[in-house]
Amino acid sequence: MRVGENLNAALHGLLESDPSAYVIGEDILDPYGGAFKITKGLSSRFPERVLGTPISESGITGLAAGLALCGDAAVVEIMFGDFVALAFDQIVNFAAKSVTMYGSRVPIRMVVRCPTGGGRGYGPTHSQSLQKHFVGVPGLSVYEMSPLHDNRQVFDAMLASGGPCVFFEDKILYTRHMNDVGDLFRHDVMPGAEDVARVFLDDPEKADCVIIAPGGMVDRAVRAMRGLLLEQEVTCCLLVPSRLYPFDAEPLLPVLRGARAVLVAEEGTAGGTWGSEVAHRIHRLIWNDLRRPVALVSSADSVIPTAAHLERAVLVQDSTIHDAVLEALRD
Amino acid sequence: MTETGAAVLHARRADDDDLALLLLIRHFELALLDLFGRGELNGTTHTCLGQEYVPVALRRLLADADHVFGNHRGHGHYLARFDDPAGLLAEIMGREGAVCGGVGGSQHILRDRYVSTGVQGESLPVAAGVALHLKRTEPGALACVFIGDGTWGEGAVYEALNLSSLWRLPLLVIVENNGIAQSTPTTRQMAGTVRARAEAFGVRHHGIESSDLSAIRDELAPLVAGVRSGGGPLVVEFATHRLGPHSKGDDTRDPETVRQARDNDWYRLYAEADPERFARADEAQRARVDAIVREVSARPPSRWRP
Repeated sequence: MRVGENLNAALHGLLESDPSAYVIGEDILDPYGGAFKITKGLSSRFPERVLGTPISESGITGLAAGLALCGDAAVVEIMFGDFVALAFDQIVNFAAKSVTMYGSRVPIRMVVRCPTGGGRGYGPTHSQSLQKHFVGVPGLSVYEMSPLHDNRQVFDAMLASGGPCVFFEDKILYTRHMNDVGDLFRHDVMPGAEDVARVFLDDPEKADCVIIAPGGMVDRAVRAMRGLLLEQEVTCCLLVPSRLYPFDAEPLLPVLRGARAVLVAEEGTAGGTWGSEVAHRIHRLIWNDLRRPVALVSSADSVIPTAAHLERAVLVQDSTIHDAVLEALRD
Repeated sequence: MTETGAAVLHARRADDDDLALLLLIRHFELALLDLFGRGELNGTTHTCLGQEYVPVALRRLLADADHVFGNHRGHGHYLARFDDPAGLLAEIMGREGAVCGGVGGSQHILRDRYVSTGVQGESLPVAAGVALHLKRTEPGALACVFIGDGTWGEGAVYEALNLSSLWRLPLLVIVENNGIAQSTPTTRQMAGTVRARAEAFGVRHHGIESSDLSAIRDELAPLVAGVRSGGGPLVVEFATHRLGPHSKGDDTRDPETVRQARDNDWYRLYAEADPERFARADEAQRARVDAIVREVSARPPSRWRP
């Protein structure tokens, strides 16, 4: 099953099992089924609760918050993640704050879906990764789609969290297969951290390097790991959390302690990033056990160009991770 | 438009409950300004002096099942919904018994089906979502949202109006057009009119010039009933007057403008209609608020854990 199909099935399942659930967004109705076809079939089955909207990201995100305030579950599709900037006020100033600003806890069951990232030639305003702008907002959780996490489970977790969630979906993943880590590696769930998937060769606690990366980087990280193993005999363990924020590094420590290097890879640009947040937490916990500070891999400090060769030069590639691992392991 | 000349001819009458509520809100707001002056309040507050009659008029048109969205100038909205001046004052002062633990303060209140928040225009899309919920699960109920003339500068207002009209949502938008957005006269911040804006979205608009509670209710009753029965959203625009400053000590209006606002003050118009009864009610509410201020001020600080 492809990741996009898995996500589509998750939304079908959610609407089926929760009569208070809504899916709201631009151009999501059949027969079009959304710009990335993730909502295909939903409006035919649940016409009352799958709502095609005008081009009004702020309006529809506020609408979802209003439904959530009444106890409904609302999923908003932002057609391209870049446009979530238009809904920033509703997410940060209303939905997230509402969880606590009224003095007692107010459940806001709401997910804002953001198809994210480059690699498809959509250019500067349709390719950016905006995760870092939502990290550290009280009341708000940040999740990222991954080929190693069943989307239905992730959606159940997000809606059970009681607060609004922004769900980033790397567009590249939609056509990839679920749970595909190639023929060399195995994957499992990190013991003690249910939402963290692990990709490794044999013993994850004996890897030379631990790479921590959100779902959108899995393909690139696994290809880098393959090259490192076959060409350099370097073993890596990849950790993929489904929830990026709040982030708990504690359960990862057994794996991190054994490694000669730890690296966080993300597609966004450097500066105030999720990766630096993760690095900071790890430093606070095991600074004395680390051989060197956690290394960060980000895309170049640039807008994302449209032409394929220019886009490749800016975005994190397999080779970027490959080289960063070797650099981090150099004594 | 001023009503000075017609004031005596159209003297205002209110029943005891309405009069008490009007005066409660008036004295509550005056007490806040007094507390501020004495350094007893933290942060800022926005009083609705001069506009008290708007939520008072509307309260008998609203049902318990309706949701009400107040705003940054929302003390009157809250007090017209709940006879709870002590809880509101405790909220504003951060004292025990505060409606929201002292976290929300003047601008951020949630209680049952009443909610307010402090960003202009933010509440309209949320109210549209609530209206959508009500339409599906509690037909006949509506979402009522108070905004000002300045709020129309925000794009979210238009997104919400468009959606609400498109989907025929039971949304009642109350515009308290007091002619000034903080310090900027409406004539310098709004091109065109509220009416034309509503009409552009196929939304009905009704303007109200009067501060006569009975007349307002008579005019609005059939229109509000229309919102409940699937007629789609309604924008009601009150031409009203802000007597006081935007928050505190920040009134830059010329004296003539302030004088005109005073001439149109419902307080004067209602007092003239029945001076003795009015004076008794006025004194009663002044005393009630004084007692509440004393009592709440003596309470310990509110407690809250994030």
